[in-house]
Amino acid sequence: MPRRDDLHSILVIGSGPIVIGQAVEFDYSGTQACRVLRQEGYRVVLANSNPATIMTDPEFADRTYVEPLTPDVLEAIVERERPDAVLPTLGGQTALNLAMALHERGTFERFGVEMIGARPEAIATAEDRERFKKAMTEIGLAVPESGFAYELAEAMEVGERIGYPLIIRPSYILGGAGTGIAHDRDDLARIAAAGLAASPISEILIERSIAGWKEYELEVMRDRADNCVIVCSIENFDPMGVHTGDSITVAPAQTLSDEEYQRMRDSAFACIRRIGVETGGSNIQFAVDPATGDQVVIEMNPRVSRSSALASKATGFPIAKIAARLAVGYTLDEIRNDITGETPASFEPTIDYVVTKIPRWAFEKFPGIPDVLGTRMQSVGEAMAIGRTFPESLQKGLRSLERGRWGLNCDAGEALWDGWDDDELVRRAAIATPDRPFQLEAALRRGITVERLHEATGVDPWFLDQIQLVVDERRRLADLGGPGALGRADWKRAKRLGFSDAQLAWLWGVAEGEVRAARLQAGVRATMKTVDTCAAEFEARTPYHYSTYEDDDEVGSGSRPKVVILGSGPNRIGQGVEFDYCCVQASFALHDAGFETVMVNCNPETVSTDYDTSDRLYFEPVTWEDVQNVLDVESSAGEVRGVIVALGGQTPLKLASQLPPSLVLGTPPEAIDLAEDRERWNALCRRLGIPQPAGGTASGVDEAIAVAERVGYPVLVRPSYVLGGRAMEIVYGEEDLRRAMESLGAFGSLGREGGLSAERPVLVDRFLEDATEVDVDAVRDAEGEVLIGAVMEHVEEAGVHSGDSACVIPPPTLPAATVATIERHTRAIAEALGVVGPINVQYAVRDTTVYVIEANPRASRTVPFVSKATGVPLARVAARVMAGATLRGLREEGLLGDPVGGNHVSVKEAVLPFSRFPDADTLLGPEMRSTGEVMGIDATFGLAFAKSQAAAGDTLPEGGTVFFSLADRDKAAGVAVARRFVQLGFTVAATSGTAAYFEAQGVPVATVVAKVGEEEPGGGADAVSLIRDGKVNLVVNTPRGRGPRADGAYIRRAANQHRVACLTTVAAARAAAAGIADRAASPPRVRSLQEYHGAHQLPLPGAPPT
Amino acid sequence: MTNNRRAAALLVLADGTSFEGEAAGWWDAGDPRPATGEVVFNTTLTGYQEVLTDPSYAGQIICFTYPHIGNYGVSAADNESARAFCRGVVVRDLSPRPSSWRSEMSIGEFLESQRLPAITGVDTRRLTRHIREAGSMPGAFGPVEGPAALSETDLKEAAAAEPGTLGVDLVSEVTTERPYPFGAGRLRVVAYDFGIKRAILRHLGTLATGEVVPASTPAAETLAKRPDGVFLSNGPGDPAAVGYAVEQIRELLGRVPVFGICLGHQLMATALGGRTYKMPFGHHGGNHPVRRLATGQVEITSQNHNYAVAEGSVEGAQVTHLNLNDGVIEGVSCPELRAFSVQYHPEAGPGPHDASYLFSEFERLMGA
Repeated sequence: MPRRDDLHSILVIGSGPIVIGQAVEFDYSGTQACRVLRQEGYRVVLANSNPATIMTDPEFADRTYVEPLTPDVLEAIVERERPDAVLPTLGGQTALNLAMALHERGTFERFGVEMIGARPEAIATAEDRERFKKAMTEIGLAVPESGFAYELAEAMEVGERIGYPLIIRPSYILGGAGTGIAHDRDDLARIAAAGLAASPISEILIERSIAGWKEYELEVMRDRADNCVIVCSIENFDPMGVHTGDSITVAPAQTLSDEEYQRMRDSAFACIRRIGVETGGSNIQFAVDPATGDQVVIEMNPRVSRSSALASKATGFPIAKIAARLAVGYTLDEIRNDITGETPASFEPTIDYVVTKIPRWAFEKFPGIPDVLGTRMQSVGEAMAIGRTFPESLQKGLRSLERGRWGLNCDAGEALWDGWDDDELVRRAAIATPDRPFQLEAALRRGITVERLHEATGVDPWFLDQIQLVVDERRRLADLGGPGALGRADWKRAKRLGFSDAQLAWLWGVAEGEVRAARLQAGVRATMKTVDTCAAEFEARTPYHYSTYEDDDEVGSGSRPKVVILGSGPNRIGQGVEFDYCCVQASFALHDAGFETVMVNCNPETVSTDYDTSDRLYFEPVTWEDVQNVLDVESSAGEVRGVIVALGGQTPLKLASQLPPSLVLGTPPEAIDLAEDRERWNALCRRLGIPQPAGGTASGVDEAIAVAERVGYPVLVRPSYVLGGRAMEIVYGEEDLRRAMESLGAFGSLGREGGLSAERPVLVDRFLEDATEVDVDAVRDAEGEVLIGAVMEHVEEAGVHSGDSACVIPPPTLPAATVATIERHTRAIAEALGVVGPINVQYAVRDTTVYVIEANPRASRTVPFVSKATGVPLARVAARVMAGATLRGLREEGLLGDPVGGNHVSVKEAVLPFSRFPDADTLLGPEMRSTGEVMGIDATFGLAFAKSQAAAGDTLPEGGTVFFSLADRDKAAGVAVARRFVQLGFTVAATSGTAAYFEAQGVPVATVVAKVGEEEPGGGADAVSLIRDGKVNLVVNTPRGRGPRADGAYIRRAANQHRVACLTTVAAARAAAAGIADRAASPPRVRSLQEYHGAHQLPLPGAPPT
Repeated sequence: MTNNRRAAALLVLADGTSFEGEAAGWWDAGDPRPATGEVVFNTTLTGYQEVLTDPSYAGQIICFTYPHIGNYGVSAADNESARAFCRGVVVRDLSPRPSSWRSEMSIGEFLESQRLPAITGVDTRRLTRHIREAGSMPGAFGPVEGPAALSETDLKEAAAAEPGTLGVDLVSEVTTERPYPFGAGRLRVVAYDFGIKRAILRHLGTLATGEVVPASTPAAETLAKRPDGVFLSNGPGDPAAVGYAVEQIRELLGRVPVFGICLGHQLMATALGGRTYKMPFGHHGGNHPVRRLATGQVEITSQNHNYAVAEGSVEGAQVTHLNLNDGVIEGVSCPELRAFSVQYHPEAGPGPHDASYLFSEFERLMGA
């Protein structure tokens, strides 16, 4: 069946901000879909609030709406654009839920919009657990015994009937929010209550727990002609009980016999047919009883999912791209398999390697939250690794995570469990945590048996046996004693089991370089194999490679000069999709400029690891050894012009100094070090006459105290060479400082990020209270011209990490003269550092003085936001400049135009994961904790801010009660804000101190609230119960600068748990008031980026490699 | 699990290309002889045991493209015949121990029990790419150190001396010596055993009660059993070398409904005047897309063949199925003779079940 010609215009819904459970994978799938639909000649209308995505670059759609993903906004877009169809299956749960909301309110029917990919009936059957289970039972598929409940009493009744342990899952949620396992009545009462609150329809499923069963996923595709294929099978290393997003997962399935696998395959087809997903991909989860082989269906996602992205990268079969084609009418056999170029997409990929995905968590960002894994997803990113065997891929995956580990132990980190006896170690390993694989290796190394560990953890013995091979090999290597003792066969065996040179160097106490040299001397080097969907049965045209230790390479030689782009590795807080955006833009720009682009990255969620983003893709850990392997192979296959390290965040930047300097494109590594080296940086600022907050460096507690005493408290303490404000803290006295330095010391010994060491001292600076923070993104070319991308003013004052702060283009409050000063300083710094490429400079402005905080000669996380706000493709410009172009040349070429502006304001707002961590304090601080961002764009600051809040999920109230609880220093500023809210028709509630202050200033306070645990004369409800009872519509709570924060934390936690918008700075409250006022005066309208940018339609970037 | 080092081994192809590995499986230390056969690769991810016990692999050395082999062990229920007929196994990695509730022995024990030599640690991807480019060809492998050690020259000579499968009657090596009964179904079927798989008998057995007969059974003898249908099984090697069977099939066609699979398909097509040819490296795997021309539907199929029916050569029949990867004829039918056949394996074992409807078609044909 050919392409549907009755459709002309298609609305694609993106997934919004990166949040836990819904991450970059949907940028990957959405980008593929938009690209395919445009190539097919459809007019694509895209809605997505996330400016950091590649899909929201104006080239990928005809109309790109960076607007809040709410039903009202989407309806406005539908009304304005009148699409013929909406494709809701590529933007995660967000897009699916939105489409269902619009379907239910009749919008699609009213405007004649057809839902393609999955119809509402199919979505409802798959998503509604009761209907799903009924449907599965109808077709004879087993499901775990269960019942539904809509209120607590019912939940208790159902639970008691089925018997413990029970698993509780709320309906219509993503990433397992509100899910948990109950072992007794108390557990059930607690988890059921949370689950009922988490489900938008107050429905929970209570089912027999099958924790400990083996968990599998199948990725299924179906077309209009009812052809079905399985793209990939996935087996979880962790048994049932750990959310699949938090599990180590392995493709293909390892421990299913053909008989069992085919049974599961049949069930998957029956499931997708019964649910009625007519076209596209679905993900179906199964559990298998290890004792009997009994299979049950757990759930089905009637859309492209995180696992689809993984399956696509694992096999080379582009699920999202094909799903988009199927949605517009093609059948699988009409679509060509890109990789072979000859065979059709109606086949099942077969692979000749093993893929391991390992999640990355951010528990260190949320003190007090235990790092225990369960049925709700908590990871913020993941790495994938490809090896010929499971041990190889596991070890590659672990070093890809960048947690300071070089593989499965055999490094400094393995000492963590030395203090535990065997029983303790087994007991700990039985609890799923990020450390489990390391604990299993340690246990096997002590001689604890596979049987005992399997019994304790439920991890399949096959995986444990494979780890045992690593253990045995390590023992052999230790006995050999050093690199000189290994023959060719020894090296090959060690490398084939995935040992990194760094692990071997640690084992033998020699330098990594020595290991590498000895190994190469013995003739054992990495060979590059190809991901080809067919286990080499057909020739692969698409150069998608991974390293392993085999006989030969499969890398072809190219004729054009090559640029290697190093990606940003797994997503984490502080280093997310923004950097992938930059790398991808660089690849497109350099490809267009005639270079052959070579991407190195290990994050399966990203666009950068799509095989047709770059001319060549190496799915490899971004470590020195693995990058060096790529450079060796690429150099032998043609001219490598250089390596781009400045666009992928800290991951590649950290490698800059280990690469041959002549290969580093753009800013020399020397200058990168200069910006990080405190003494030299200070000298440079002094020479340039740019003020800095007073400060110094310290490699120990005493030094730190000396610096603090010299400059005066409060001081900002931060490690060098880290991202996202890891371990950054504002301290107000010596005691706090001692504690902060101690915790840094603990990091250091384990080589973790942000650790304290003599080479990487801690920076101690005077903290400027109440200063306005400003970020600048700029690009300097080799001739010295500097392009100021944008000057961004932060809404929250200095002290809140820039990644967690809302920021605004153009600056709403800074005087022109200050902006001019900032621009002048930026030029001077870029010039003095000798920057060639991107630079980000942070300033703090107090009164009229502009202090420079720090400069980073690399792309920052605001680059995509700047591009969307101004229309200037900053990342592409930076990439071209690093590869030798001048800004003048790029203007002549037409790549670089004037920024647009004057008629709109853009606000970037951070999205924080607190709903995942209900017990975490939502207070913002110098340590970054946001996972994603959204953008609001409109005619005024107020409107843009209001949109940004709505997009972030905290729609500002139109009226009601604002609850204030302010620190003393914020009270003066708070009065004006409170007055504004009163003018807007709100009533004010406040804690006693704040209330007294407000009333003294003539602001009426309707409700005076006792602080938690304080007896308030005159009574009054306490803050938490007020919030819990739904009597508050907005919370403004600023913490006191020091001392106990207990009451504030309770207030913020209550707001978080009861989903009341909570602002923790007066500045944000002021912006909210402006937003509410502007919104009341003129309702926000939707407008596309193309209209803001005034640009004609741009061609799709990065023609696929030939 | 053993920590003992395996002996270094070498696989040498007839064109002189060699591959390093380690000796595994069964070797007779008292009589060091290389494993020889035609080297083919199989791309299936699951079902190694079914592949190893499929008589169609007689005369061949099987290279598995999936690196981990043996993960879920071996169980009697998965055997496709009484024993392994292939000549040797080439793998990247053999699992030290099985993990499955179904497992009765490890892959290592299975290889020993079948006296099947293996070579592990091989860059099987390089081998596969080589065969893809140069075609399947004879090869020989064996240990080059230890008690059963062979020299590289021994292996080269053995590879060169190995005849391959072209023109060789391998069916006589695998067919049953005497008839035996199968099934408990309503109809009566005589199944010609050219190397029949148990999965086929399981399918046929649900619709028929019948007899498996030797490949050389005369048509008259078969017809004397008054069957409702005759089944032509899969089997190894070159159909052109099994002329005696073609003769009998020619006599059966038109007198009784006939259904053929794989070699049975090639023999039936030959009986209808068709011609077969040797493919460069054949189809061996579980993921081949085949279009069923009657409906346009695509089925994912299990395949194992090195020979195929030449396009346009079977005038007496219509083509019913085509391979979407390379256009190879995957099925023919001759309604007036009540006969049809497919090149692939609807019985699975191993592989997908997409085409199991063909057994129902056979049932309808016999019932008509």
